[in-house]
Amino acid sequence: MFYWFGSQTLRVVEGIGDFSLFTARAFCALAKSKRLMRRIFSAVHEQGTVCMPVILIVGLFTGMVLGLQGYHVLSRFGSQGLLGTLVSLSLVREMGPVLAALMLIGQAGSALAAELGIQRNTEQIVALETMGVNSHGYLVAPRLIAAMLVFPLQTAVFVVIGFWGGSLSGSLLLGVDSGVYWSAVQRAVEFQDMRECFIKAAAFGFLSISTCAYQGYHSDRNASAMGARAVSASTTRAVVFSSILVLVADYIISSFFV
Amino acid sequence: METTSHKFALQVEGLHKGFNGKSVLTGVELCVPCGSVFTVLGPSGSGKSVFLKCLANIIQPDAGQIRFDGHQLTFGDRASQLEFRRRCSFLFQSNALFDSLTALENVALPLEQTTDLPNKVIRKRSMEALKQLEIDEYAGHYPSQLSGGMQKRLALARAIVTHPELVLFDEPTAGLDPLRRNAVFTMIAKYQRQFGFTALIVTHDVPEALVASDRVALLNQGRICFEGTPSEFSASEHPVVSDFRDSAAALQRELAIIRSSPD
Repeated sequence: MFYWFGSQTLRVVEGIGDFSLFTARAFCALAKSKRLMRRIFSAVHEQGTVCMPVILIVGLFTGMVLGLQGYHVLSRFGSQGLLGTLVSLSLVREMGPVLAALMLIGQAGSALAAELGIQRNTEQIVALETMGVNSHGYLVAPRLIAAMLVFPLQTAVFVVIGFWGGSLSGSLLLGVDSGVYWSAVQRAVEFQDMRECFIKAAAFGFLSISTCAYQGYHSDRNASAMGARAVSASTTRAVVFSSILVLVADYIISSFFV
Repeated sequence: METTSHKFALQVEGLHKGFNGKSVLTGVELCVPCGSVFTVLGPSGSGKSVFLKCLANIIQPDAGQIRFDGHQLTFGDRASQLEFRRRCSFLFQSNALFDSLTALENVALPLEQTTDLPNKVIRKRSMEALKQLEIDEYAGHYPSQLSGGMQKRLALARAIVTHPELVLFDEPTAGLDPLRRNAVFTMIAKYQRQFGFTALIVTHDVPEALVASDRVALLNQGRICFEGTPSEFSASEHPVVSDFRDSAAALQRELAIIRSSPD
């Protein structure tokens, strides 16, 4: 029992250390990376443009559901005028950063893990190293920089579309006055809410993309699966671990702001 | 690491490597002369690819010394590793082409990432490399859109575009038919003459290797059991060499015994 507990603890500590070194190597490689901007723009396209439709759709329906549920709860107390406050604070403080991050993990993160896993499987990563190209700098660093830019922007889009979705269900369908809704939104959201939202989004971007990159890059370390199965296992682990990390980080960051 | 002219491009002394307690290389000793085509022959599973990956600094040897152009290579020493990789190219058995990049982008990548050359010069040099390998008309194609032989040529174009002094070839003819095997060896010999690099090839294709190489070595059970010229290899009485060299005759003998024995 003690042996099992000890070995598991060591395994977790070793994993955290290895993950930290992996991320540190990517950042250290930035200084010597050549033609970095092109790689960053390409990563921004992968995580930004390609993922925009899912952010718009999920943002819209999240706002609509918040508007619908919020209206029925608030109408019990005759406080329908506070619908804008409920929708905006829910979206800005929690739902926007978390749901946008989970959507981006599902689309950009899983794609990144699978891509790196296949590149590892087909010796493309080793080929880079034999050419004298730092694979961390070439494959991972631009994605991390892009994630810290794209996640806050995507979250902002998610939140704004969510506001509009809340207005759509609350004002257009359920009859809350549109002026009351939008003025409540304006009054409720303060600078520190926006700051919390963007700090969370940047942190989630960094954590989730580095986790996905780590899992894909080391897909060959999986002792229980080889080849295509190793890639699929590493992609699954990437999505699961980064989603859990986002929720844990959400609690930790929220506790600093509340 | 300074650049000095040396008689041997590579010198290997007492190279050992094992995996999970099983020894694969047990004291490999080898000297590869500069500007030669040197082939390491050996049966499948004899550790040829492991040997080559140790030389390329991909796998860390358990013991032994590797000298490139007279300078010792130390695994994990980033500076000497980078200098070695700047002057050496590796051609993978699987080609290891970047499947999401076009042929031109594949060839340009090592120049883009390891030099400060302007984009125009990189493009010109990459196109020249593709032209020399006669695949310039496929510059915009992805590796998956090319045939096996073209992929091999593309991998060679990527390997020579940086003008390396040493090119390591890991089973360059694996899985190819006899005509394509000949074409690959011809290609290696032709570009070795043209660019003057030292070529170290590991393969188990004896006839082609004997024709195309300046020197050959035989790796068996983790050690070099023969080293010499192709004609010395052909004349050698060493039992492992003759078994490997005359495998077709041995097969004929075994088949004759099987066919002559009663059912």
